[in-house]
Amino acid sequence: MIIKKQYDVVVIGAGPGGLAAAIEAKKGGADDVLVIERDVELGGILLQCIHNGFGLQTFKEDLPGPEYAQRYINEAKSLGISFLMDTMVMDVTSQRKLYLSSRDFGYVEVDAHAIVLAMGCRERTRAQVRLPGYRPNGVFTAGTAQRWVNVEGYMPGEKFVILGSGDIGMIMARRLTFEGAHVERVLEIQSYLSGLSRNYVQCLEDWGIPLQLNHTIKKIIGKNRVEAIESVAVDEKWNFIPGTEEIIPCDTLLLSVGLIPENELSKKAGVALDPVTGGPFVDEHFQTNVPGIFAAGNVVHVYDLVDWVSLAGVEAGRSAAEFALAEKERSARYIPLVPGKNVRYIVPHKLDKKALEKGDISLQMRVTKPIEEDVWLEVHGEKNSIVRRSERYVRPGEMVTIVLKPRMAAEVEKAGRLTVDIYPKSEA
Amino acid sequence: MEEKNFICTACPMGCKLIVRMEGDEVVKILGHRCRKGETYGRQEAIAPQRMVASTVRIANGIHPLLPVYTKGSIPKRKIFEVLEKIRAIEVPAPVKAEDVIIANVIGTGVDVIASRDMPEK
Ligand code: SF4
Repeated sequence: MIIKKQYDVVVIGAGPGGLAAAIEAKKGGADDVLVIERDVELGGILLQCIHNGFGLQTFKEDLPGPEYAQRYINEAKSLGISFLMDTMVMDVTSQRKLYLSSRDFGYVEVDAHAIVLAMGCRERTRAQVRLPGYRPNGVFTAGTAQRWVNVEGYMPGEKFVILGSGDIGMIMARRLTFEGAHVERVLEIQSYLSGLSRNYVQCLEDWGIPLQLNHTIKKIIGKNRVEAIESVAVDEKWNFIPGTEEIIPCDTLLLSVGLIPENELSKKAGVALDPVTGGPFVDEHFQTNVPGIFAAGNVVHVYDLVDWVSLAGVEAGRSAAEFALAEKERSARYIPLVPGKNVRYIVPHKLDKKALEKGDISLQMRVTKPIEEDVWLEVHGEKNSIVRRSERYVRPGEMVTIVLKPRMAAEVEKAGRLTVDIYPKSEA
Repeated sequence: MEEKNFICTACPMGCKLIVRMEGDEVVKILGHRCRKGETYGRQEAIAPQRMVASTVRIANGIHPLLPVYTKGSIPKRKIFEVLEKIRAIEVPAPVKAEDVIIANVIGTGVDVIASRDMPEK
């Protein structure tokens, strides 16, 4: 693979949102689409969601997560989209420049006409729910346990308590039961289930795993390894109700206490975030406040269904392609002005080819070194000379100006870039 | 007449179903929003079925485990028997998504198939 300097659409993240966006961008006419993924394979978190229930809307089939991902992976690969794996995006600017660190390619810079943010979300951890007690081994987020059990082949414990009735927690309760572990209890501080009812039925009720609403953890017991948790009932203001404490012996505590959109990169690009969702403010095309930067999926707000994430990806991808094509056309009208012999810089840095039809354009520049004899100031394209005038001398302290006239428009149009050289007539 | 209450799991809507029974016969189903719910309610009242997803060991794959699932639903009471079978085997990489891993598992008529491609290490 050769990494280009400029892409039409760059998608950050190869989960369901990112894959759908990349596919749709490509179908929408974007030629160069690049997907950047920090993992070593495509698919995102779906790869560890081995349970079925995905794709009922999209495919009218009841699929497990990896299979749902596989269909998008296969389509994306068949369309000639480029993938950069094992690569972190370290920075993104509002000018749509990306700075990457890649295992295979090292440090890389790429420019994009449009960007789709598809970084997904991450789990709330113990620190974010303030659980009192020691900090023993054996406290994990449900998603971490899911990765170990379903992908890497490790069991995190034998006797579990799960805090939070989020979908991942309930699904892990069943999964751990299938693998021979014992799930003692699911505790939920709210008075209602936070995940889907169907998961309560298939994952807890089916296996006789008790769910206690209005309950939370008062204390984690155990110094080196979790030995038990002390649960407690709460009132409607989440205050502990004295006398309701119960010690539940267990060796592992899983947390399924919510997901937060992952927007560290978005902030760097100047994307404004909604404090309620934790994701970017977007319009109906999922464009953020930064023109040309779109966002799709759980990075915007946390969805219950992957099918909706894919739909969001489709809209963001289509819009990103549209933006990129317009941007490409606009930037193709511009030609860069390049400092040549003895020129330090030129202002403006680029010019719109069509602008000459409307009137004169003056190029202002400074020389690198003084030349105390007759000089030529020459503007030329790759092959054609456009204008040449003389000066008695040039000095860095004194700005030099060359004027492009409307009659030069045809020659300028032919050039891909304009170079200015300043040199002694004696060398001509 | 007996009434059974279920939450339909056939889609994420999670409709509340009421199934009226006369002995072993379903006489009326209420609360479903679609046909699938009716089928689910009937089945749940008489002989509950579930799809099962788990993992099998895979030799030489890029991961040590291959996710698999039952292509259709199987009787709920047979789930642990199916899990036993799944746990007992190991398959060699590479595998393609939807490859059959165990055909007609424990005589249910349902195949256990791969949930993803698993390339060789
Ligand atoms: S009855 Fe239909 S709509 Fe309601 S949960 Fe079942 S499948 Fe979904």
